[in-house]
Amino acid sequence: MIRGALSGLIAGDKQADRVVPPSGFTAQLTLFAAGAMGFLAVFALALSLASGRLADRWADELARSATLRISAPADQMTAQTNAALQVLRQTPGVQSARALSDAEQAALLTPWFGPDLPIETLPVPQLIEIVETPQGFDAAGLRLRLSAQVPGAVLDDHTRWRRPLVEAAGRLRALGLISILLIGAAMAAMITLAANAALSANAQVIEVLRLVGAKDGYIAQAFVRRFTFRALIGAAVGAFLGVCGVLLLPEASDEGGFLTGLGFAGLGWFYPLAIPPLGAVVAFVATGYAARRTLRGLS
Amino acid sequence: MIELDNIAYSYGGAELLSEISIRLTPGSFHFLTGPSGAGKTTLLKLCYGALLPTSGQVRLFDTDMRRLDRDQIALMRRRIGVVHQDCRFLDHLTLAENVALPLTVSGRDLAAEAGNLGELLNWVGLSARSDALPPELSGGERQRAALARAVIMSPDLVLADEPTGNVDWDMSQRLLQLLVELNRMGKTVLIASHDLALIRAAKTQVQARVLRISNRRLQLAGADL
Ligand SMILES: Nc1ncnc2c1ncn2[C@@H]1O[C@H](COP(=O)(O)OP(=O)(O)OP(=O)(O)O)[C@@H](O)[C@H]1O
Ligand SMILES: [Mg+2]
Repeated sequence: MIRGALSGLIAGDKQADRVVPPSGFTAQLTLFAAGAMGFLAVFALALSLASGRLADRWADELARSATLRISAPADQMTAQTNAALQVLRQTPGVQSARALSDAEQAALLTPWFGPDLPIETLPVPQLIEIVETPQGFDAAGLRLRLSAQVPGAVLDDHTRWRRPLVEAAGRLRALGLISILLIGAAMAAMITLAANAALSANAQVIEVLRLVGAKDGYIAQAFVRRFTFRALIGAAVGAFLGVCGVLLLPEASDEGGFLTGLGFAGLGWFYPLAIPPLGAVVAFVATGYAARRTLRGLS
Repeated sequence: MIELDNIAYSYGGAELLSEISIRLTPGSFHFLTGPSGAGKTTLLKLCYGALLPTSGQVRLFDTDMRRLDRDQIALMRRRIGVVHQDCRFLDHLTLAENVALPLTVSGRDLAAEAGNLGELLNWVGLSARSDALPPELSGGERQRAALARAVIMSPDLVLADEPTGNVDWDMSQRLLQLLVELNRMGKTVLIASHDLALIRAAKTQVQARVLRISNRRLQLAGADL
């Protein structure tokens, strides 16, 4: 039955479309609702895609590492470094810890001091790169133990503050997806109301159609086809305007962070293409339901 | 063709029709008469399945109407031509489109039927008005259009409810002529009418039986009619 309805929907039927009178008010209501929802859906989609990207990137950086910096007189440096590595190895939540070699440290300093600096002769602190396990370590406890055993150690876990942000970005993505669902539901509700209004305004037409031998499915389809088509057009226009709005946002840049990153990237540009067909599907289901219910009621 | 077996009907209150049995054989011509409010329209509605009897059985083309679901009733309607008392049309379609409506809703190819449609409009004398909208039609034009719509599917059975309700004598003679012609083509005809002059005129042209509803019952009218 659904397949029949679908093929009839696509094939169309000029004559059959004419049996239901053109109804200005419900037509405009449907177009407007679908357009507004298509527009909003683009932004909800952009929001959830962008916050998803952000969450992924930040989570990546988080996973990277924390740094331990050891400043000590040259003769104690090796001893303190070994002591620190010892402590780290025994700390739960630390996956691995590794002292950077002189060459690596030199590479880190190059941007500031140029390549010719003889860092071997300078009292440069020793850096230890710590890779955390997914659970992470207890920073306060680690600091306490380090201060007792390695006086020159400073723990720098600057990426930590981002942890709640990653969570927030993840939530934002979920909110974006929920918004899309709500937009779809609101559109279904509005189109159902419009379809009900159209059906009851046409009770007389429906009666005449039945008297001349029209099946309920035929009558329902005439309405469904019309509303589906309108929702498709409305959602397409709305989504197009929404994408234009997103295009007008400033270019994403490293400094801008979140706000300027609110847009589509790569394959993400294809997602809005799905909005008009989805709007049409929502209208198809909503109107079909409304029509079958109303027709069963009118006898 | 159509059989009513001891049916009764009420709109909820007192019984309007009771103990009614009719049997229309193929090719017969019947009138249904009785005072206004006697239940002529109601009886016709029982015949084409718009109403179901409160008791008794209606059999149409050897099928018990009670057994049919909505789609089957729709299919059954295509085999019966009904001229409704209020001849309702779709006001946004032209007269020709309204007459062709039964073809449209049953998914027939209108282009293939265009010849038939033209002939039919010609037969009821409405060729010149085929592009008019229903509200622009006169009472007689509406009734002729309703008759054309009733027969466009070439039904075996034609039920006409006051087909001459609001036209002058000449026009009612013309409409009667059309119904008599349909009967000569072999169609079974049942006309509800309280116009006794019309019935008398018909009896001079065709073998017609006259059924009268009086006192909720149906009886065969005498030779005076
Ligand atoms: N839908 C309805 N609900 C309740 N009562 C109804 C309904 N339709 C008709 N009636 C009543 O049933 C009775 C018979 O109506 P019906 O239309 O069958 O009469 P009729 O013989 O066709 O009259 P007329 O010659 O005026 O057309 C009337 O008293 C009418 O008021
Ligand atoms: Mg009547």
